[in-house]
Amino acid sequence: MRGATRTTMTRRALAAAGAVALTATACGGGSTASGGAGAQSGVVRAFWTDPQHPVEPANTNEVQGGKVLDMISRGLMKYNPTTGKAENAVAESIETDDQQNFTIKLEKGWKFSDGTPVTAKSFVDAWNYGALVTNKQVNSYFFQYIEGYEDVHPEKGKPKAKKLAGLKVQDDHTFTVKLNQKFSLWPQTLGYSAYAPLPKSFFTDHDAWLTKPVGNGPYKVDSYTKGQSMKLSRNKYYAGEDKPQNKGVELKVYTDQNTGYTDLQAGNLDVVDELPAGQLKNAKRDLEGRYINQPAGITQTISFPMYDKKWQSKKAAMVRRGLSRAIDRKEVTEKIYHGTREPATDLTSPVLKTSGGYKPGLCGDACEYDPKAARKLIKQGGGLPGGKITLTSNVDTGSHRQWMEAVCNSINRALGKNNACTINPVPTFSKFRSDISDKKMKGMFRTGWQMDYPLIQNFIQPIYYTDASSNDSGFSDPQVDKLIDQANAATDEKSAVRLFQQAEKRILETFPAIPLWYQNGNAGYSSRVSNVKLNPFSVPVFTDIKVK
Amino acid sequence: MGRYVARRLLQMIPVFIGSTLLIFCMMYALPGDPVAALYGEKKPDPAQILAIKHQLGLDLPLWHQYWNYLTGLFQGDFGTQIATQRPVADVIAQAFPVTIRLTLFAFVFTVVVGVLLGLVSGLFADKAFDRIVLVFTLLLISVPSFVLGYLFQYLFAFQLDWLTPTVQDSRDPGQLLLPAIVLAALSLAYVTRLTRTSVAENLRADYIRTAVAKGLPRRRVVGVHLLRNSLIPVVTFLGTDIGALMAGAVVTEGIFNVHGVGNTIFEALNRREGSTVVGIATLIVIVYLVASLLVDLLYAVLDPRIRYD
Repeated sequence: MRGATRTTMTRRALAAAGAVALTATACGGGSTASGGAGAQSGVVRAFWTDPQHPVEPANTNEVQGGKVLDMISRGLMKYNPTTGKAENAVAESIETDDQQNFTIKLEKGWKFSDGTPVTAKSFVDAWNYGALVTNKQVNSYFFQYIEGYEDVHPEKGKPKAKKLAGLKVQDDHTFTVKLNQKFSLWPQTLGYSAYAPLPKSFFTDHDAWLTKPVGNGPYKVDSYTKGQSMKLSRNKYYAGEDKPQNKGVELKVYTDQNTGYTDLQAGNLDVVDELPAGQLKNAKRDLEGRYINQPAGITQTISFPMYDKKWQSKKAAMVRRGLSRAIDRKEVTEKIYHGTREPATDLTSPVLKTSGGYKPGLCGDACEYDPKAARKLIKQGGGLPGGKITLTSNVDTGSHRQWMEAVCNSINRALGKNNACTINPVPTFSKFRSDISDKKMKGMFRTGWQMDYPLIQNFIQPIYYTDASSNDSGFSDPQVDKLIDQANAATDEKSAVRLFQQAEKRILETFPAIPLWYQNGNAGYSSRVSNVKLNPFSVPVFTDIKVK
Repeated sequence: MGRYVARRLLQMIPVFIGSTLLIFCMMYALPGDPVAALYGEKKPDPAQILAIKHQLGLDLPLWHQYWNYLTGLFQGDFGTQIATQRPVADVIAQAFPVTIRLTLFAFVFTVVVGVLLGLVSGLFADKAFDRIVLVFTLLLISVPSFVLGYLFQYLFAFQLDWLTPTVQDSRDPGQLLLPAIVLAALSLAYVTRLTRTSVAENLRADYIRTAVAKGLPRRRVVGVHLLRNSLIPVVTFLGTDIGALMAGAVVTEGIFNVHGVGNTIFEALNRREGSTVVGIATLIVIVYLVASLLVDLLYAVLDPRIRYD
């Protein structure tokens, strides 16, 4: 009987093995071979990764989801990709007499891609949804200046109201907004996608909307396969002036920037808006000039724990200035970043242009590299507290470790001491972030700022106003607060900008933060497309891209 | 044998619970708060963090979280991702088929080519062919897989233009061939060498001499008597290798833009998506366990002296 047992056992074992194999192939049965490389004519193929958050206006704060919203929605205003200025989009006019109460009139004729009209209610409902704490939208703080925000979004406990008290629909195409403070530049914040209007279907069938978002922008979503691609085509109802110059966009999902860049070089991809750090040095040559390197609204600074007694004295300001003068920004930006960062000489960003408040050189000689002066300043300030200083940052993203080492080396060289400055790497960003919110910083720490909208206000108020949302250093100066209040109450843009610059100057007297560099956005594109630009948020302006 | 399999299956339960608990605790112990990380470089919103944590049950003590996870698991619920708010089961269902196909290709390639090369070089041990295979496999073992990946990419895509350098559609099996070969390269080298040594050794065994003396045709001597007995160490290796192939595809998947398990688990780890990491790791543990059971059953097929009662 031995033989018989053996054959049955063989069969059984093989059957078991076969079952595993069958299951595996069965999973593959559903797919059809599609020619991935072949491009549809007139369609732009762009680099993308699956957005980390669900794509909805008030819940998208990273660039991949932002790309989609930028294409499928249009707010009251829109930022001109070349000048960075806010221009009317859905808004016909935004008027105010007191910089606090605004009357917004909508242009008629706007429709969502499902054919339903864009009304005042589309905006008011969307904003109420975004602000309400129970909807857990990460961009809620965009609505913080509207009256009644504390009621719908309290720091603790349940909301007292469901709707923002400051928003009132007047008729189909008019609504009013009451802010909780004067804010003259407020209308110019409205170009950010968090303020986009939402159609009825968003509220009635939220899950369906999330799988296939509907908006009033130049494109509409045709399909989205997670882990593969999102296909967008022209929205025939689009009422804006910037109609797409191409037939559509295919956002292709990549595992990382390297694979995207490889495909760009192989001609399987048209636009890559984040080039891998290792390729920056050769990108311009490799892509035969089809390379963009332009200012983005991102700045890097080193902040000091102003909540720490050691850093509060008048003399400590001199030490901070001395440290700033000990940093050779030019060398770091060239050696580590290959020109994709520019040494910073103020607290804003070149993205604003001079008309918007960017003022190169405002920092003065405090931002100029001069080891001799640095030594002198630090000596006058009583030396480094405890004789040495640390520089803290997370090191899991970007090239933070590299630049931190370079900055510390620069400081050590200037001071002629080997271990005056040491780096304190924190393994993860979230740990670093929680250490900062718990006010655990002892020495210098990295603070980066990515603007919400291209306005000088956004580079000053959230970071340096007393107890402001991103005031990580705990800086507080009544004089600065007063200047910011005045700027917000100013009747025209010019005087508002001037007052913000005065505030900036005043901040730099205390010097709670060392401006390091302005970050650039970069992109590469294939020879198949032309007229590729990046907007102030470093997102490609897809509507303008022409396909050959 | 039925009882043996049942016993082995029962043994999987404590292993399964132990491994999920271990990975769960490790994810819990990692520094950083995934919910706070949702806010990027901006200051997190404490009210919303509380709300999100409460909704996902992340505000409960560790044992309670684990209990919830385990009971959910038995109802087919793998939990929900923090950032994307997608059910983890969805994420797994998207990534696993891709990796299973990739692994299967790599596995078949390893077995077919590896055993064949090993057999031939074992039969002609110390001849020219054997030497070439030895050098070739030594090369595969010593070259890291990403070097091989980029080399293949450069050679087959950019120089010869046979295919696209990266996978355009992870669901298209044809496009997974190149990454599968790269993934299989290391195992291929081991399988070849194991088979070669084992064949060369068994070639001198008594039962082979007997078989030859009986006047059996060479095909039967090599195909049945020699190969079958030589495959036992190879099968042992392959059994553990299938799990390693699945979990170890991170690098290869990254180079070739394959949206599989390796890439998903890497991203989830970076973002501290505990439930995703535990879910995927648990599935890989199960794959390991099942593979090792299959290996043990295959022993009996290959060597009649081994029996399970």
